[in-house]
Amino acid sequence: MAHQTEVSHHAPEEEHPTSTGINNRKLLMWVFLSSDCLFFGSLIATYMVYRGQSLVGPYPVDIIDVPITTISTFVLLCSSFAMVRALAATNEDRQGGIIFWLLMTAFLGTIFIGFQVYEFNLFREEGLRIDTNLFGTTFFTLTGFHGAHVTLGIVWLLGLAWIARKGRLGPKTALDVELAGLYWHFVDIVWIVIFTLIYLIGGFDTGPAGDPSLVPHSITGFLGLI
Amino acid sequence: MATLTDVIDRPSSQSGLWSWITTVDHKRIGVLYGVTAFIFLLLGGLEAGVIRLQLAVPDNTLVDPDTFNQMFTMHGTTMIFLVIMPLSASFFNFVIPLAIGARDVAFPRLNAFSYWVFLFGGLLLNASFLTNQAPDAGWFSYANLTEKPFSANQGLDYWALGLQVLGVSSLAAAFNFVVTIVNMRAPGMSLMRMPLFVWMTLVTSILLVLAFPVITVGLIELTFDRNFGTNFFVPEGGGDPILWQHLFWVFGHPEVYILILPAMGIVSEVLPTFSRKPLFGYPVVVFSGVVIGIMGWAVWSHHMFTVGLGPVAVSVFMITTMLIAVPTGVKIFNWIGTLWGGQIDLKTAMLFALGFVALFIVGGLSGVSHAVAPSDNQQQDTYYIVAHIHYVLFGGALFGIFAGVYYWFPKLTGKLLHEGLGKLHFWLYFIGMNVTFFPMHYLGLN
Repeated sequence: MAHQTEVSHHAPEEEHPTSTGINNRKLLMWVFLSSDCLFFGSLIATYMVYRGQSLVGPYPVDIIDVPITTISTFVLLCSSFAMVRALAATNEDRQGGIIFWLLMTAFLGTIFIGFQVYEFNLFREEGLRIDTNLFGTTFFTLTGFHGAHVTLGIVWLLGLAWIARKGRLGPKTALDVELAGLYWHFVDIVWIVIFTLIYLIGGFDTGPAGDPSLVPHSITGFLGLI
Repeated sequence: MATLTDVIDRPSSQSGLWSWITTVDHKRIGVLYGVTAFIFLLLGGLEAGVIRLQLAVPDNTLVDPDTFNQMFTMHGTTMIFLVIMPLSASFFNFVIPLAIGARDVAFPRLNAFSYWVFLFGGLLLNASFLTNQAPDAGWFSYANLTEKPFSANQGLDYWALGLQVLGVSSLAAAFNFVVTIVNMRAPGMSLMRMPLFVWMTLVTSILLVLAFPVITVGLIELTFDRNFGTNFFVPEGGGDPILWQHLFWVFGHPEVYILILPAMGIVSEVLPTFSRKPLFGYPVVVFSGVVIGIMGWAVWSHHMFTVGLGPVAVSVFMITTMLIAVPTGVKIFNWIGTLWGGQIDLKTAMLFALGFVALFIVGGLSGVSHAVAPSDNQQQDTYYIVAHIHYVLFGGALFGIFAGVYYWFPKLTGKLLHEGLGKLHFWLYFIGMNVTFFPMHYLGLN
């Protein structure tokens, strides 16, 4: 502490032990991810509340393509493996490996985003836009924000690869890679939940049963009161 | 990265305006938060003044109905997001590092970022006045009044974006304080030795971390509905306006504790000091605060008893709401226990802390009466609720904050505030507050 003067700011979190032994930046990332859990939780809850409530088509059963998305899901899962390799290479100070696996992770993430762009375009051509029905509204919002998270992760990984190019990543700075990894794995796990709920379980949903002009039950309950 | 941060000096001048703009020092950021929030307090008070003047005589034409709605909405939004939250943040910044023996917060630059984003969000929200399109759908902005056909001007867009920006600020600050309190305690400062204010800050910050993303999603959905033609809250498209109420109150109820817990923490510091006794039952006060933080997640639908959620949901939320009064009551008894047999010194800070306890009991009792759903059905949307919210937020949170201002001002400046003026301030506040809001209980129930 004594060597620190009033004006110079040495990142203390990297030099001093913390109360819990967990690095400050790592704890920050975990706290952020807990917050992001609630963010995606709310978006997913919105999707689930509105499942099967679309008044007009296209409905999920008409356009959701589970096999195609299975491929993109597989690619995203592989990117998590690449991320693990990138961190291992950093810890072992294999400079070539660091850059290779960081770029590989970003590349696989980009492929996933490519699939998403393809899917969004296909849905648009088949008549599903964000303002078409509740399915479009909730689907594009939820998967769009997930895609934005993946895209941010890709930018982050490319930034790390850029730093690694000059040999700045290694065992001493492994935390920089680890934090990106935490974020990346989290975004991956969120996708597993989305894929399960929206594609595997909800992919065969249709519109509301019976007269499509009927408003959903929750609304009638509400209107009944006033 | 370490090599980079090692060579970068703290980017601050030592004095002058530039030193305040570039500061990353927690005390200075605390002062910035405090001063800014006080300016917003004056603004929010002005808005309240316009509301009361308009209502002073029947058929008043001081402001037109739309302006009245704008004042009403901006008063609530300003007082909650631009006054009480940042005033609490001001104390977090100033006190927490000192109280736990840390050099600064864990991320000083992130801390400065929080302040400047807060300022920008507050200005963005209030910039709506320049176009005469201030938000006008209430601080809760219920769907579907907020949809484009019913609120055609840009007021609600200012509201949604302004709150979104303020959310970024609050989240960044909350991340910072969770890490600071969990990780930056001096050796020996174990969790159960932390001052009560630090504990309440920790609980508040965790609530912020988990509650704000929910309103973020609600605001995104509102923005999409208004600008991209989505159907989240549009019944014609199958959407359900009640979803907004759920998202808003899942955030909004923890938010209530975000507003009151810091004040409870301050009062728990001030009462022992001016009673010359340690806090009565410290661990119980800590745990009741934590329990409030946890149970605060299970009561949001008590804001929605008149929606028609069905008897099961209403009963469950009725019971949880009554239960959460228990840890709150525990705190009250602990504060009274602290005073009991103490050498009470009625300095201004102490008066405000005692005022907090007294007024919060009134607000708490009316709160328990809304917990009973049948009685709430009579109280919903009446002045009775207005009385309740002002007893807990004005009589509660703001009195606690003023106790903190008088208590820590000498620490900040080296000077004691004038006792006579302080007492005058307290009595004007205490009498004025009761004269304004107590009759509202009767107005609401008659």
